[in-house]
Amino acid sequence: MENTHNTERHEYDVVVIGAGGAGLRAAIEARQQGKRTAIICKSLFGKAHTVMAEGGAAAAMGNVNSADNWMVHFRDTMRGGKFLNNWRMAELHAKEAPDRVWELEAWGALFDRTKDGKISQRNFGGHEYPRLAHVGDRTGLELIRTLQQRVVALQQEDYETHGDYEAYIKVFSECTITRLLKDGDAISGAFGYWRESGNFVLFDAPAVVLATGGIGKSYVVTSNSWEYTGDGHALALLAGAKLINMEFIQFHPTGMVWPPSVRGILVTESVRGDGGVLRNSEGRRFMFDYIPEVFKAQYATTEEEADRWYTDQANNRRPPELLPRDEVARAINAEVKAGRGSPQGGVFLDVSTRLPAEEIKRRLPSMHHQFKELADVDITAEPMQVGPTCHYVMGGVEVDADTGAAAVPGLFAAGEVSGGMHGSNRLGGNSLSDLLVFGRRAGAGASAYVDRIPARPKVLAEQVDAAREEALAPLGRSGDNPYEVHHELQRTMNDLVGIIRKAEEVSEALQVVEKLKERVAMVGAAGSPIYNPGWHLAIDLRNMVLVSECVARAALLREESRGGHTRDDFPAMDPTWRRKLLVCSLGPGDGVRVEEQPQPQMRDDLLALFDGDELKKYLTDEEMAEFDGIAKS
Amino acid sequence: MSYKAKFKVWRGEGGEGRLEDFTVEVNEGEVVLDIIHRLQATQAPDLAVRWNCKAGKCGSCSMEINGKPRLGCMTRMSTFDEDETITVTPMRTFPVIKDLVTDVSYNYQKAREVPSFTPPAGVRPGEYRMKQVDVERSQEFRKCIECFMCNNVCHVIRDHEENKTNFSGPRFLMRIAELDMHPLDVADRQDAAQEQHGLGYCNITKCCTEVCPEHIKITDNALIPMKERVVDAKYDPLVWLGNKIFRRGK
Repeated sequence: MENTHNTERHEYDVVVIGAGGAGLRAAIEARQQGKRTAIICKSLFGKAHTVMAEGGAAAAMGNVNSADNWMVHFRDTMRGGKFLNNWRMAELHAKEAPDRVWELEAWGALFDRTKDGKISQRNFGGHEYPRLAHVGDRTGLELIRTLQQRVVALQQEDYETHGDYEAYIKVFSECTITRLLKDGDAISGAFGYWRESGNFVLFDAPAVVLATGGIGKSYVVTSNSWEYTGDGHALALLAGAKLINMEFIQFHPTGMVWPPSVRGILVTESVRGDGGVLRNSEGRRFMFDYIPEVFKAQYATTEEEADRWYTDQANNRRPPELLPRDEVARAINAEVKAGRGSPQGGVFLDVSTRLPAEEIKRRLPSMHHQFKELADVDITAEPMQVGPTCHYVMGGVEVDADTGAAAVPGLFAAGEVSGGMHGSNRLGGNSLSDLLVFGRRAGAGASAYVDRIPARPKVLAEQVDAAREEALAPLGRSGDNPYEVHHELQRTMNDLVGIIRKAEEVSEALQVVEKLKERVAMVGAAGSPIYNPGWHLAIDLRNMVLVSECVARAALLREESRGGHTRDDFPAMDPTWRRKLLVCSLGPGDGVRVEEQPQPQMRDDLLALFDGDELKKYLTDEEMAEFDGIAKS
Repeated sequence: MSYKAKFKVWRGEGGEGRLEDFTVEVNEGEVVLDIIHRLQATQAPDLAVRWNCKAGKCGSCSMEINGKPRLGCMTRMSTFDEDETITVTPMRTFPVIKDLVTDVSYNYQKAREVPSFTPPAGVRPGEYRMKQVDVERSQEFRKCIECFMCNNVCHVIRDHEENKTNFSGPRFLMRIAELDMHPLDVADRQDAAQEQHGLGYCNITKCCTEVCPEHIKITDNALIPMKERVVDAKYDPLVWLGNKIFRRGK
């Protein structure tokens, strides 16, 4: 044990926590701006959850349909998020995504091509035009590998100049941060441990960028990997920052349902984008029965029209299988509940009768592979069975749209861990582009902050001691088994704060979470600190419980249904709730506090991009009166 | 449906270790990684294993199952007899950190020694034009999930530690081929492939291709064509003459 008390110390300008798309893009930006940058990742370099993204990166390049532009993309994003999005983020995202994708090409990415040699773009749910830059159905892998290789390229430059690959940018892999450190109000560093040795490590840095991804591991059925324990959400809260929109969780409509051990693993939306259809046990294409009022104008009402759309998008409306994810997930849930599900508790997703086998293998190679290897299903010959799976959290750290800055000076956040961009529901394809756009902005924001501050904040010894003690605690205890506590949390969140919610159940979940908090404080981990997954889980549990409490508290307060938050007892969308954000913070003591905060009013020129008839569905009467004023002027 | 399986799992750290016996429940549809996780949750909470996506996409859970390099998440239990003892060991070519986790830093070092993509001068982002058929060759290699099983199985380094300095393994020789075949890369990579990364050590036994979970034809599509390109450049009479005439002073 004695060597665990050796805490190594590193000094950096910018520390980026997380090495997925957002983290790597942030780190690249900070290094390009001359900052000494550390990248910290829980896994090996290049394994982050971004590799799981399949469909593509949404960017209005207009390569396939030249009518596409940032304004159309902006509108689609706001619609998808049911107008709760931070409009400034949605604007920046739509405007900058094409440049971010093109930049990847200059770093070596090889996207699929159009006939004239440009980047090909595919259809996806909620996007009016083909918009997703892609590589088959493994776009996330291409993105992470390209960014990884860009980091290496920068290291090679530094080797040429300074004789040291790691002079300006270094990757700390298999390293977990457990606490952010502060000097007064401002960030002064971060504390963590090496997974491999259990030794502690201290980063002395004035700026920290959180890019830790999501929270899916608080649910049983999830497409997320073990890393998704809400670390950044919790670190931000513990450091005094605020989280917004935590009640909004995206259940991806199509996860695998069988065999049980792969339940939740993602089935890409590209299956539907490329022609796949959803059917119930009666063989009915049920999505036609679930087109909500707000989307009636944009979606086909007959199978014939829907099928014509794949070849003629100008004269037909889109198939309802391509509604935003929240709509499709709820529809599948309803079909299964009504007893029209598939034998293994999902619905049928069929591409086998829609495309020739060779075409399926070319466009959806990893889906073909995944079903064949894991479920003995040949998707070129038979339908898949799919059902909703916890996929993405729209909520996260409240940040300044332009710089990614959180409320705590020196703290920045980008990607899934930040909140606002996607409102109440994220469109497919908008995540990869979000990572690039706001990863870059957070890296630039952090760099500018470092240039601006008069002196480096100091790391205080007592904070380091407290962090070390907290991290070591589970090793000495003979308390609860962390795996059991984790499982109970996952069941609770899945059953009581899942895709459909009601007040009694959410309240019950809060009581369970309260009890789990006490148990988490007492979990014990057997064995040594060397690569000990039981100990690592015991530490992660603090974060999962904290984040789960935020989700449940916010879900109880929001008495309406919108995007990734569906209340059985308040099934309608309520325009007055659109004007309110729920903001979580840590109060005195340990309790999560949730407060209402007004949603900033959209800028007039952005509001004017929408049709009055459409806005009527989302805005209050009072807001509509203002809009009419703008429209007239 | 469910049954008790017999497992032998390598456990140890700091250069010492042994196979430990376990009897563990197996349910329908499960893969080897599920069983390792069940061992963690019920019998061996500190059993170390790397994993992330559990869907064959991240390449973290490389291990040797009954002596064969496999991804734990893609090896279904139904491929074994119920009374068969299944032996799980760490990748052999890399030093063990603990249990099934190995130190794969060799791979990251080699990655750093391959010069990066070198774009043509004067082509701005957004102006890249490439044909699908031309990008497909390199795209095949970019399917690589960096599980490092090809490097693990390659006998050049599996049985000869001393070769690690001069040999980058199939993964990074394929990376050089990927860049060499990139329609817009302008760097000259052929000399380095041979001289610095040890392409000549490869005697095309195709072990790497056999273990690749992405079914990339590493030998046929990357290594052999790369060898041909090296040979073409080296023995091209015009290149030879040019070298004689123009580089005489060097």
